[in-house]
Amino acid sequence: MMFSVGDRVRIKDSHPPGHRRTPYYVRGKTGVVERYCGDFKNPEELAYGFDGTPKRELYRVRITQTELWPDYEGSDSDTLDLEIYDHWLEKIGGQ
Amino acid sequence: MTTDERGTHDHDHDHDHDHPGTTPDVNETGYYELMAEAMKELLIEKGVVSADDVRRNLEFLDSRDPAEGARIIARAWTDADFKKRLLEDGTKAVGELGFPMGDAELIVVENTSDVHNMIVCTLCSCYPRTVLGLPPDWYKSKSYRARAVVEPRSVLKEFGTELPSDKTVRVHDSNADMRYLVLPEQPDGTEGWSEEQLTAIVTRDAMVGVTLPQA
Repeated sequence: MMFSVGDRVRIKDSHPPGHRRTPYYVRGKTGVVERYCGDFKNPEELAYGFDGTPKRELYRVRITQTELWPDYEGSDSDTLDLEIYDHWLEKIGGQ
Repeated sequence: MTTDERGTHDHDHDHDHDHPGTTPDVNETGYYELMAEAMKELLIEKGVVSADDVRRNLEFLDSRDPAEGARIIARAWTDADFKKRLLEDGTKAVGELGFPMGDAELIVVENTSDVHNMIVCTLCSCYPRTVLGLPPDWYKSKSYRARAVVEPRSVLKEFGTELPSDKTVRVHDSNADMRYLVLPEQPDGTEGWSEEQLTAIVTRDAMVGVTLPQA
Protein backbone atom coordinates (compact mmCIF):
# COMPACT_ATOMS: atom_id res chain seq x y z
CA MET A 1 0.00 0.00 0.00
CA MET A 2 1.24 3.44 -0.89
CA PHE A 3 -0.33 5.25 2.06
CA SER A 4 -1.11 4.36 5.66
CA VAL A 5 -3.93 5.43 7.92
CA GLY A 6 -2.99 8.75 9.49
CA ASP A 7 -0.69 9.87 6.67
CA ARG A 8 -1.02 13.54 5.81
CA VAL A 9 -1.70 13.82 2.10
CA ARG A 10 -2.31 16.47 -0.50
CA ILE A 11 -4.84 15.93 -3.26
CA LYS A 12 -3.24 16.96 -6.52
CA ASP A 13 -4.25 20.31 -7.91
CA SER A 14 -4.42 18.94 -11.40
CA HIS A 15 -7.01 19.62 -14.09
CA PRO A 16 -6.82 16.96 -16.78
CA PRO A 17 -9.75 16.88 -19.20
CA GLY A 18 -12.28 14.06 -19.24
CA HIS A 19 -14.08 11.94 -16.70
CA ARG A 20 -12.40 12.45 -13.29
CA ARG A 21 -13.53 11.18 -9.91
CA THR A 22 -11.79 13.81 -7.83
CA PRO A 23 -14.25 16.66 -7.32
CA TYR A 24 -12.88 20.13 -8.05
CA TYR A 25 -13.57 21.42 -4.56
CA VAL A 26 -10.96 19.14 -2.97
CA ARG A 27 -8.17 19.55 -5.51
CA GLY A 28 -5.07 21.08 -3.91
CA LYS A 29 -6.43 20.47 -0.40
CA THR A 30 -4.70 18.54 2.36
CA GLY A 31 -6.14 15.91 4.65
CA VAL A 32 -5.44 12.70 6.49
CA VAL A 33 -5.86 9.13 5.26
CA GLU A 34 -8.85 7.73 7.18
CA ARG A 35 -8.86 4.23 5.69
CA TYR A 36 -7.81 2.12 2.77
CA CYS A 37 -10.85 0.87 0.85
CA GLY A 38 -9.25 -1.70 -1.45
CA ASP A 39 -8.07 -1.85 -5.05
CA PHE A 40 -10.53 -0.91 -7.76
CA LYS A 41 -10.55 -0.67 -11.51
CA ASN A 42 -9.79 2.90 -12.48
CA PRO A 43 -13.13 4.55 -13.39
CA GLU A 44 -11.28 7.26 -15.30
CA GLU A 45 -10.20 4.53 -17.75
CA LEU A 46 -13.40 2.46 -17.62
CA ALA A 47 -15.31 5.55 -18.70
CA TYR A 48 -13.67 5.34 -22.11
CA GLY A 49 -14.07 1.63 -22.71
CA PHE A 50 -10.60 0.61 -21.43
CA ASP A 51 -10.33 -2.26 -18.98
CA GLY A 52 -9.50 -0.09 -15.96
CA THR A 53 -6.18 -1.79 -15.22
CA PRO A 54 -3.89 -1.45 -13.46
CA LYS A 55 -6.25 -1.26 -10.52
CA ARG A 56 -5.87 1.76 -8.28
CA GLU A 57 -5.70 1.87 -4.51
CA LEU A 58 -8.66 3.74 -3.12
CA TYR A 59 -8.37 5.72 0.10
CA ARG A 60 -10.77 7.72 2.20
CA VAL A 61 -9.31 11.11 2.99
CA ARG A 62 -10.59 13.24 5.86
CA ILE A 63 -10.36 16.97 5.31
CA THR A 64 -11.41 19.61 7.83
CA GLN A 65 -14.17 21.92 6.61
CA THR A 66 -12.06 24.95 7.54
CA GLU A 67 -9.35 23.67 5.15
CA LEU A 68 -11.93 23.50 2.36
CA TRP A 69 -13.79 26.70 3.05
CA PRO A 70 -11.94 29.49 4.90
CA ASP A 71 -15.20 31.14 5.96
CA TYR A 72 -16.86 27.88 7.03
CA GLU A 73 -19.57 28.34 9.62
CA GLY A 74 -19.54 25.51 12.11
CA SER A 75 -17.24 23.63 14.42
CA ASP A 76 -13.50 23.54 13.67
CA SER A 77 -13.75 19.79 14.10
CA ASP A 78 -16.31 19.35 11.27
CA THR A 79 -14.96 17.24 8.42
CA LEU A 80 -15.57 16.11 4.89
CA ASP A 81 -14.56 12.54 4.07
CA LEU A 82 -14.29 11.30 0.52
CA GLU A 83 -12.69 8.66 -1.66
CA ILE A 84 -9.55 9.42 -3.62
CA TYR A 85 -7.60 7.06 -5.90
CA ASP A 86 -3.86 6.75 -5.27
CA HIS A 87 -2.79 8.59 -8.43
CA TRP A 88 -4.44 11.76 -7.13
CA LEU A 89 -2.60 11.70 -3.80
CA GLU A 90 0.83 12.83 -2.69
CA LYS A 91 2.30 12.35 0.73
CA ILE A 92 3.24 15.47 2.59
CA GLY A 93 6.95 15.17 3.40
CA GLY A 94 8.59 14.75 6.79
CA GLN A 95 5.76 12.72 8.28
CA MET B 1 -56.52 22.70 -26.62
CA THR B 2 -57.09 23.45 -22.95
CA THR B 3 -57.46 20.83 -20.30
CA ASP B 4 -61.14 21.68 -19.98
CA GLU B 5 -61.88 21.06 -23.64
CA ARG B 6 -60.27 17.65 -23.29
CA GLY B 7 -62.25 16.77 -20.19
CA THR B 8 -64.79 14.05 -20.36
CA HIS B 9 -67.35 15.18 -17.80
CA ASP B 10 -69.26 18.32 -16.92
CA HIS B 11 -67.37 21.02 -15.07
CA ASP B 12 -69.86 22.55 -12.73
CA HIS B 13 -67.68 21.77 -9.73
CA ASP B 14 -64.49 23.29 -8.33
CA HIS B 15 -61.24 21.79 -9.52
CA ASP B 16 -59.23 20.50 -6.63
CA HIS B 17 -58.46 17.17 -8.23
CA ASP B 18 -56.64 15.92 -11.31
CA HIS B 19 -58.39 14.41 -14.28
CA PRO B 20 -56.42 11.31 -15.24
CA GLY B 21 -55.33 11.38 -18.84
CA THR B 22 -56.36 14.96 -19.48
CA THR B 23 -53.15 16.75 -18.49
CA PRO B 24 -51.22 17.63 -21.64
CA ASP B 25 -47.83 15.91 -21.71
CA VAL B 26 -45.46 18.86 -21.96
CA ASN B 27 -42.22 17.03 -21.13
CA GLU B 28 -40.24 16.41 -24.25
CA THR B 29 -37.65 13.67 -24.19
CA GLY B 30 -34.37 15.20 -23.09
CA TYR B 31 -30.99 14.81 -24.75
CA TYR B 32 -29.56 12.41 -22.13
CA GLU B 33 -32.76 10.42 -22.00
CA LEU B 34 -32.50 9.88 -25.74
CA MET B 35 -28.83 8.91 -25.44
CA ALA B 36 -29.65 6.39 -22.69
CA GLU B 37 -32.50 4.96 -24.74
CA ALA B 38 -30.30 4.67 -27.84
CA MET B 39 -27.58 2.98 -25.82
CA LYS B 40 -30.05 0.53 -24.34
CA GLU B 41 -31.41 -0.35 -27.78
CA LEU B 42 -27.90 -0.89 -29.14
CA LEU B 43 -26.92 -3.15 -26.23
CA ILE B 44 -30.04 -5.22 -26.76
CA GLU B 45 -29.56 -5.33 -30.53
CA LYS B 46 -25.95 -6.52 -30.10
CA GLY B 47 -27.05 -9.14 -27.59
CA VAL B 48 -25.00 -7.72 -24.69
CA VAL B 49 -28.10 -7.59 -22.52
CA SER B 50 -31.66 -8.61 -23.14
CA ALA B 51 -34.73 -6.45 -22.67
CA ASP B 52 -35.74 -8.85 -19.94
CA ASP B 53 -32.39 -8.31 -18.12
CA VAL B 54 -33.11 -4.59 -18.07
CA ARG B 55 -36.65 -5.12 -16.88
CA ARG B 56 -35.56 -7.56 -14.18
CA ASN B 57 -32.94 -5.15 -12.85
CA LEU B 58 -35.47 -2.33 -12.72
CA GLU B 59 -37.87 -4.62 -10.94
CA PHE B 60 -35.16 -5.52 -8.40
CA LEU B 61 -34.33 -1.84 -7.76
CA ASP B 62 -38.00 -0.96 -7.39
CA SER B 63 -38.43 -3.78 -4.89
CA ARG B 64 -35.84 -2.29 -2.50
CA ASP B 65 -36.99 0.17 0.09
CA PRO B 66 -35.86 1.84 3.33
CA ALA B 67 -37.46 -0.93 5.40
CA GLU B 68 -34.42 -3.03 4.47
CA GLY B 69 -32.02 -0.47 5.86
CA ALA B 70 -34.18 -0.12 8.97
CA ARG B 71 -33.86 -3.85 9.65
CA ILE B 72 -30.08 -3.53 9.48
CA ILE B 73 -30.07 -0.63 11.95
CA ALA B 74 -32.48 -2.31 14.36
CA ARG B 75 -30.33 -5.44 14.31
CA ALA B 76 -27.25 -3.36 15.10
CA TRP B 77 -29.05 -1.72 18.04
CA THR B 78 -30.06 -5.07 19.52
CA ASP B 79 -27.03 -7.21 18.68
CA ALA B 80 -23.65 -5.79 19.73
CA ASP B 81 -21.68 -8.42 17.83
CA PHE B 82 -23.56 -7.70 14.62
CA LYS B 83 -22.98 -3.98 15.13
CA LYS B 84 -19.26 -4.58 15.48
CA ARG B 85 -19.19 -6.61 12.25
CA LEU B 86 -21.34 -3.99 10.51
CA LEU B 87 -18.93 -1.18 11.34
CA GLU B 88 -15.89 -3.30 10.42
CA ASP B 89 -17.18 -4.55 7.08
CA GLY B 90 -20.59 -3.24 6.07
CA THR B 91 -20.76 -5.19 2.81
CA LYS B 92 -20.19 -8.53 4.53
CA ALA B 93 -22.47 -7.81 7.48
CA VAL B 94 -25.49 -6.78 5.38
CA GLY B 95 -24.83 -9.85 3.24
CA GLU B 96 -25.52 -11.94 6.37
CA LEU B 97 -29.04 -10.47 6.40
CA GLY B 98 -29.49 -11.31 2.75
CA PHE B 99 -28.82 -7.90 1.21
CA PRO B 100 -26.35 -8.09 -1.68
CA MET B 101 -24.39 -4.89 -2.38
CA GLY B 102 -23.70 -5.76 -6.02
CA ASP B 103 -20.67 -3.98 -7.45
CA ALA B 104 -20.37 -1.41 -4.68
CA GLU B 105 -19.20 -1.76 -1.11
CA LEU B 106 -20.94 -0.50 1.98
CA ILE B 107 -19.41 1.59 4.73
CA VAL B 108 -21.57 2.11 7.81
CA VAL B 109 -20.79 5.26 9.78
CA GLU B 110 -21.91 5.51 13.38
CA ASN B 111 -23.48 8.54 15.02
CA THR B 112 -22.33 9.01 18.60
CA SER B 113 -22.84 11.66 21.27
CA ASP B 114 -19.88 13.51 19.69
CA VAL B 115 -20.28 12.88 15.97
CA HIS B 116 -23.09 13.26 13.44
CA ASN B 117 -22.72 11.75 9.97
CA MET B 118 -24.41 12.85 6.77
CA ILE B 119 -24.24 11.42 3.25
CA VAL B 120 -24.12 13.12 -0.13
CA CYS B 121 -22.83 12.35 -3.61
CA THR B 122 -21.56 15.56 -5.18
CA LEU B 123 -20.66 13.99 -8.54
CA CYS B 124 -23.98 12.27 -9.26
CA SER B 125 -26.40 10.48 -6.95
CA CYS B 126 -24.61 7.42 -5.56
CA TYR B 127 -26.80 5.96 -2.87
CA PRO B 128 -27.00 2.56 -1.14
CA ARG B 129 -29.92 1.52 -3.36
CA THR B 130 -29.82 -2.15 -2.46
CA VAL B 131 -30.62 -1.33 1.17
CA LEU B 132 -32.57 1.96 0.86
CA GLY B 133 -34.24 1.73 -2.54
CA LEU B 134 -34.17 4.63 -4.98
CA PRO B 135 -32.90 7.97 -3.68
CA PRO B 136 -35.41 10.76 -3.00
CA ASP B 137 -35.49 13.68 -5.44
CA TRP B 138 -33.90 16.09 -2.97
CA TYR B 139 -30.87 13.79 -2.65
CA LYS B 140 -30.33 14.07 -6.41
CA SER B 141 -30.94 17.83 -6.56
CA LYS B 142 -28.03 20.09 -7.44
CA SER B 143 -28.88 22.23 -4.45
CA TYR B 144 -28.46 19.43 -1.89
CA ARG B 145 -25.36 18.07 -3.62
CA ALA B 146 -23.65 21.46 -3.66
CA ARG B 147 -24.72 22.72 -0.26
CA ALA B 148 -24.28 19.57 1.83
CA VAL B 149 -20.50 19.86 1.56
CA VAL B 150 -20.32 23.63 2.02
CA GLU B 151 -22.90 24.41 4.69
CA PRO B 152 -24.05 21.07 6.14
CA ARG B 153 -25.35 22.64 9.34
CA SER B 154 -27.67 24.99 7.43
CA VAL B 155 -28.92 22.11 5.32
CA LEU B 156 -29.52 20.00 8.43
CA LYS B 157 -31.46 22.88 10.00
CA GLU B 158 -33.72 22.97 6.96
CA PHE B 159 -34.47 19.30 7.59
CA GLY B 160 -35.37 20.26 11.15
CA THR B 161 -32.14 18.92 12.59
CA GLU B 162 -30.36 21.35 14.83
CA LEU B 163 -27.15 20.03 16.33
CA PRO B 164 -25.15 21.42 19.24
CA SER B 165 -22.19 23.48 18.02
CA ASP B 166 -19.70 21.24 19.80
CA LYS B 167 -20.88 18.12 17.98
CA THR B 168 -18.67 17.20 15.01
CA VAL B 169 -20.50 17.07 11.69
CA ARG B 170 -18.91 14.60 9.34
CA VAL B 171 -20.07 14.80 5.72
CA HIS B 172 -19.28 11.81 3.50
CA ASP B 173 -19.05 12.47 -0.21
CA SER B 174 -19.91 9.19 -1.88
CA ASN B 175 -17.79 9.95 -4.95
CA ALA B 176 -16.32 6.58 -5.93
CA ASP B 177 -16.79 2.88 -5.14
CA MET B 178 -18.18 3.04 -1.60
CA ARG B 179 -21.79 3.50 -0.53
CA TYR B 180 -22.72 4.81 2.90
CA LEU B 181 -25.33 4.13 5.51
CA VAL B 182 -25.63 6.10 8.74
CA LEU B 183 -26.10 4.10 11.94
CA PRO B 184 -28.08 6.58 14.05
CA GLU B 185 -27.96 6.63 17.84
CA GLN B 186 -30.75 4.61 19.39
CA PRO B 187 -33.25 7.14 20.79
CA ASP B 188 -33.67 7.42 24.56
CA GLY B 189 -36.70 5.61 25.87
CA THR B 190 -36.44 2.69 23.44
CA GLU B 191 -34.33 0.48 25.68
CA GLY B 192 -35.71 -3.03 25.71
CA TRP B 193 -37.76 -2.56 22.54
CA SER B 194 -37.95 -5.51 20.19
CA GLU B 195 -36.10 -5.51 16.88
CA GLU B 196 -39.45 -5.17 15.14
CA GLN B 197 -40.49 -2.13 17.18
CA LEU B 198 -37.14 -0.49 16.54
CA THR B 199 -37.33 -1.17 12.78
CA ALA B 200 -40.52 0.90 12.66
CA ILE B 201 -38.83 4.09 13.93
CA VAL B 202 -35.79 4.05 11.63
CA THR B 203 -36.52 6.32 8.69
CA ARG B 204 -34.82 6.70 5.34
CA ASP B 205 -33.74 10.26 6.15
CA ALA B 206 -32.18 9.14 9.44
CA MET B 207 -30.06 6.62 7.52
CA VAL B 208 -28.91 9.35 5.10
CA GLY B 209 -28.12 11.44 8.16
CA VAL B 210 -30.33 14.47 7.62
CA THR B 211 -32.52 13.72 10.61
CA LEU B 212 -32.54 11.75 13.86
CA PRO B 213 -34.90 8.87 14.63
CA GLN B 214 -37.65 9.66 17.14
CA ALA B 215 -39.07 7.24 19.69
